[in-house]
Amino acid sequence: MSGAILTVEALTKRFGGFTAVDKVSFTVGEGEILGLIGPNGSGKSTIFNMIAGSLQPTAGSIVFQGRELAGLVPNRICALGVGRTFQIPRPFRKLTILENIAVAGYFGQGGHVSRKEAWATAERSLDMVGLDYEAGAEVGSLGAAGLKKLELARALATNPRLLLADESLGGLDQSEMDQAAAMLERIRRETGITIIWVEHIMGVLMRVVDRVMVLDHGEKISEGLPSEVAHDKRVIEVYLGSDAEAVQANV
Amino acid sequence: MTSVTLVNGSKWGERRYLAGAIVALVLIVLPTLNRELPVFGTGADWLAYPMHIMVLIMIWSLAYTSWSLMGRFGLVSLGHGAFMGIGAYGTALLWNYAGLTPWIGIPISLALVAAVAFIVGYPCFRFRIVGHYFALVTLALSEIVRQVIMATRDYTGGSLGFTPTPYGDGFSLYALQFSDRTVFYYVALASWAFGLWIWWRVDRSMDRFALEAISEDEDASAAAGIWVTREKLKITILSAVMTGFAGILYMQYQQFISPDTVSGIAISLQIVFAVVAGGIYVMFGPTVGAIITILLAESLRVAIGVSMVGLDTTIYGILLVLFIIFLPKGVLGGILDWLSRRKAG
Repeated sequence: MSGAILTVEALTKRFGGFTAVDKVSFTVGEGEILGLIGPNGSGKSTIFNMIAGSLQPTAGSIVFQGRELAGLVPNRICALGVGRTFQIPRPFRKLTILENIAVAGYFGQGGHVSRKEAWATAERSLDMVGLDYEAGAEVGSLGAAGLKKLELARALATNPRLLLADESLGGLDQSEMDQAAAMLERIRRETGITIIWVEHIMGVLMRVVDRVMVLDHGEKISEGLPSEVAHDKRVIEVYLGSDAEAVQANV
Repeated sequence: MTSVTLVNGSKWGERRYLAGAIVALVLIVLPTLNRELPVFGTGADWLAYPMHIMVLIMIWSLAYTSWSLMGRFGLVSLGHGAFMGIGAYGTALLWNYAGLTPWIGIPISLALVAAVAFIVGYPCFRFRIVGHYFALVTLALSEIVRQVIMATRDYTGGSLGFTPTPYGDGFSLYALQFSDRTVFYYVALASWAFGLWIWWRVDRSMDRFALEAISEDEDASAAAGIWVTREKLKITILSAVMTGFAGILYMQYQQFISPDTVSGIAISLQIVFAVVAGGIYVMFGPTVGAIITILLAESLRVAIGVSMVGLDTTIYGILLVLFIIFLPKGVLGGILDWLSRRKAG
C-alpha cells in the first residue's frame, strides 16, 4: 500500500436514537480497490453518503489527501476529487446521454474547464465505460445496464482521484455483473483511480477487490484480503451463511 | 411531396431566419412611415395607437422573457411583480425626492432588485425550498412590496399611483422623458431584443444544462459537481434584474405607476399566465404571450369598456386552466411542436 489517500477515523452517524454507523475507522491506499460489503442496512451507504458529503457525520473525521471532508458540501467534495455513483441510477432525463456526462465534466473537475474540454472528457468517459450511444440519443433509450454505465461515466467525468462506486449489481444478470466487475478493474488499471466499491452480492466483488471491509449493524466486523475475510468466522456467521463455500471457492 | 420540401431541413431554417429579418426590418422602419396618410380617414397620426400597443407589448415581453429564464427550469416565481415594482418605484422615487437622474437611479434600483432577489433566493435555495413552497415564498414577496408601497403612501401615493416630476419640455435625455413616442419605441425595441439575446445566451450556456439537471435531481447534480445554490441564485438574480428593468421602462414610458400596474400578486400572476399561454420553453413564447394578453385586454377594454371591471382577469383565469390542460407548451410551443412533427413525417 503506497500511502493512504483516505483515512476515516471513528466515523459515527446517529439518526435520533438509532446508530447507523458506529465508530468505524479504515484507510484506503492510493490506487487500491476496497470492497465494502454487508447486509442491507449495515451502514454501507451511510458511510458512502458521509464521504460524499450528502450526509454530515455525527462524529469522527474523514481525511482525503490531507483535507478534512466532514462539513463540506457535495459539490466541493466532488471538486476535490471524490466521484460517486448512486445505487439506483439518477440520470438527468431532460438531457441527452452525452450532455449528462458533459455537464459533470464541465462543473465537476474543480476548476475552469472549457466547453470543448468538457465534451472531450464526456466522450472519453463514455468510451471508458463502453457505453454505445448515438449522437443526440436520449437517456430513455438505455436499459438497466446502460444506466449503470451512464452513472459511472458521469462520476468519471468529474476526474476523481477516489471513486465511490455504489454498484449494487442486483438488477443485472451474471454476464453483466462480470462485465461490471471487469470494467472497474480496467478503470483502475487505466487511470490509477482509487475505488471503494459497495456491494451486497459478494461473489463477483471478491475476485476484483484488493481488500474487503465487512460491516454489520453499523460496525466493522472484519477487514482484510478477500481470502481471509471469506474464512472469517464472524463474517460466515452473520453474512455468508450457507453461501460461504461458494464464496470461498471463488477467492 | 411539395409540402414536405417546404418545411424540410435547412430550407425551413433559412425561411425562419428570413422571416425574422423581415419582421426586424418592419419593426425598425415602421415609425418612419408617413403619419399623416389618411388611412383611417381622419388625417390624425394613425400610427400613434398601434405604436403605443407595440411599446407595451415589447416592455411586457421583456418582463415575461425574463421570468421564463428561470420559470423554464421549474423555478416558478410568483414574486416578479415585486421586482418590477422595486425597479419602477425605486427609480421614480430617487428622481422625485433625491433629484437623481435615471442614469444613476436605474443602476441603484437594479442593485436593490438584485439584493432583494438574493435575500429571498439564498435561504430558499440553501434550505431546499422548491416547487410549491418556493412559489409561496415569492408570492409573499409580491404582497410585501405592494404593502410597503401602500404603507408609505405619503411618498409613493399609495394606491393612487405615482407620477415622476416632469422635466424640461418633454424631450430630455437627462430625465429619460420623451413625449415623442418614437424615441421610446426604439428604446423598447432595443430592450426587448436585448432580453431575447440574453435568453439565447442562457439557452446555449453550460448553465442551462446545470439548471436542467438541478430541476430534475438536486442531489445528483451536486454529486456531479454542480454548485446548486449558486446556479439557482445566478439565474434568479439575472431574471429579477431584467424584470426590474422592464418595470423601469414601463414607468419611464407611461410616466405613471401604481401598485396595480407594476407590483403585487396580480402582476405576478399575469406574468405567469402570459408565459404559459405563449410558451415557456421557446425563445419567442413569452413575446407571443405578451401579444395575446395585451391584445385581449385591449379588445375587452374597447368592446366592453370599463363597466365590467375584472372581466379580463376572469377570462385569463379560464384561459389559464384551458392552456394548462390542452396546450401545456403554450401557443408558440404547440405550433413549433406541430411543425416539427410535420417535418418528421
